[in-house]
Amino acid sequence: MMPSSLFGMAAMPLGTAAMPLAAVNWHGLFFLVFAAVACGMAVAVVLADNIVRMAFYLVLSLGATAGLFFLAGSEFVGAMQLMIYVGGTLVLLVFGVMLTAQAPFVSIKTATGDRVLAGIVAASLLAVLLQAAFSVHAWREPGRLPAARAAGGPLEPMSSPLGMALVGVRVDDPSPGPSEGGGVAQGGAAAGGRSGYLLPFEIVSVHLLVVLVGAAYLARAKRRRSPRELAEALR
Amino acid sequence: MAAFLINSLGLPAWLAWTITATVAAALILNVMAVGALVFIWAERKIAARIQDRLGPTRTGGKFGWLQSVADGIKLLAKEDLMPEGADGMLFRIAPYVSFCASFAAFIALPFAFDFVGQRLNVGVFYVVAVLGLEVFGVILAGYASASKWSLFGAMREAAQVVSYEVPLGMCVVVPVMLAGSMDLVTIGEKQAGWFTNWYLFHDPFTFVIFWVYFTCAVASVNRAPFDLAEAESELVAGFHTEYSGLRWSFFFMAEYGSMFLVSALASVLFLGGWNGPVPIASLLGFSDGTGDTAGYLVRLVGCLNLILKATLGVVVMMWVRWTLPRLRIDQVMTTCLKYCTPIAAAMFAGAMLWSFFLPGGLVGLAGRRFLSRPAGEIREGWLEGPGGGVAREVVSSRPISEAAMAPDPSRFGERRVSR
Repeated sequence: MMPSSLFGMAAMPLGTAAMPLAAVNWHGLFFLVFAAVACGMAVAVVLADNIVRMAFYLVLSLGATAGLFFLAGSEFVGAMQLMIYVGGTLVLLVFGVMLTAQAPFVSIKTATGDRVLAGIVAASLLAVLLQAAFSVHAWREPGRLPAARAAGGPLEPMSSPLGMALVGVRVDDPSPGPSEGGGVAQGGAAAGGRSGYLLPFEIVSVHLLVVLVGAAYLARAKRRRSPRELAEALR
Repeated sequence: MAAFLINSLGLPAWLAWTITATVAAALILNVMAVGALVFIWAERKIAARIQDRLGPTRTGGKFGWLQSVADGIKLLAKEDLMPEGADGMLFRIAPYVSFCASFAAFIALPFAFDFVGQRLNVGVFYVVAVLGLEVFGVILAGYASASKWSLFGAMREAAQVVSYEVPLGMCVVVPVMLAGSMDLVTIGEKQAGWFTNWYLFHDPFTFVIFWVYFTCAVASVNRAPFDLAEAESELVAGFHTEYSGLRWSFFFMAEYGSMFLVSALASVLFLGGWNGPVPIASLLGFSDGTGDTAGYLVRLVGCLNLILKATLGVVVMMWVRWTLPRLRIDQVMTTCLKYCTPIAAAMFAGAMLWSFFLPGGLVGLAGRRFLSRPAGEIREGWLEGPGGGVAREVVSSRPISEAAMAPDPSRFGERRVSR
């Protein structure tokens, strides 16, 4: 699993059709397969007009993206992708169908103006992303290893350091970093390592809690009106 | 295995890896397919016994043990029907979605130490995430059938998913916390030794949470009393009303595969995985980690251990199915959200406090070495890995005995077999 070989397949001359199987760059091949599925299904989402089919294509696209993550060796992100996005699409599908269904099979017809607008937005986003991707120097040279790999360090994808970093201990990077101020950084410095991500983690947790409380409040059954109020409302 | 093929037989690397992957995939496929055959037969026999009748008796001589094969042949020969108003593509593809999700989850499931399709660092998380996909097939099938019964089944299934996934996730977190790793192989290894090392007996909280997990697991595989998506007595056959023949049987293979999977996951998380109740192999001086024949045999026995435990779980599920009546949808939600979730949360907090204040368990409190190493000693061994000096300071702020600080040979990352 060498990330450097991502473009190895593409770089191979296509004329050598009789190359032995050993020469096939399996990593590159699978990368191309997953990438093709992800992109193709993403296009299919846009072109389909049945909402359930759209959801199905979306699941395939997101699943292929998870496959890309697994291929790159970041299993945690891949599993996250499956859990959050694919599971989220499921709920999206159910509520999309439940809340919008008027006929047995829901169709969405997009107006031409909307198509043009969406095309412009998508094209500009693509332009920005392409520009950003090509500006990364290391990605432009197929043969180069990332710095971490080149240093010879074992790059084992481990989720445990990630978890420790979230509670404020950087076991993966023990060198004391620049003090960034704040109580969390102080705590991390006291442990002899760089500060972790405790503060962002806590902020996100509180945000999620607020969202949950808000959702529960909004979804709560409305308070029953007193008879007097009801009579006034009916009047 | 790939290393063996390359080194001993002199095969080129690409061929060795292809063969290894094919063998692993074929084995897993057989676990699902053969498992489904055996479990369907077992289900019929168990149901029959519970209802005081005999079940299949004739096909294949004694006990009707060929009944599932006969059923399979019948299903193969059946006509493949599709309702006229159905969404053809989704209708055809839905069974495969269910089956593939169940199959993909098996990849990360270890059957013994090193007997695992692909050892993932986030094994537990992966399995739970992929199992959630199985539901997608059910919902697609229900929707695409263009049948009211099917759609009802799918909607119920969706409501059920939202309710059981929360407590299921919380239950799974507890063994992960105790083991300090999401790697299923590591979690299984940490429970090596006597059965007192199983997380089921780690503390009272994990004992309770095992049953919560099992309840949610039954809900997650759509088995009675949570088989609302099917609900034969109300919805004809729920989401698979319109299916026949082989497509129908794919749903069943997925269901029985998932039953086996969640039971095996329960075994790995709580019941010691491939470690038997008595560590016979290590008492005799063998280890499952060595690369020689003895080590291989020990692992094979471990594999049998895990399959036995998982089969036991499946049998309990069948027993429950034929004993309890089906819950209503609101009762399912009440069970999962109002009872299982708070219980799981409280037990999670309890297990956390227990492992913080009593890292060696009650045995560690008594201050002597009894039966085997206390769990606190082998926990968090990965902290002593590269750059672990920092972490060690953090850990040492807690009251841990001298022995716990000694380097642990079985710690994660340094072990042992060449594949």
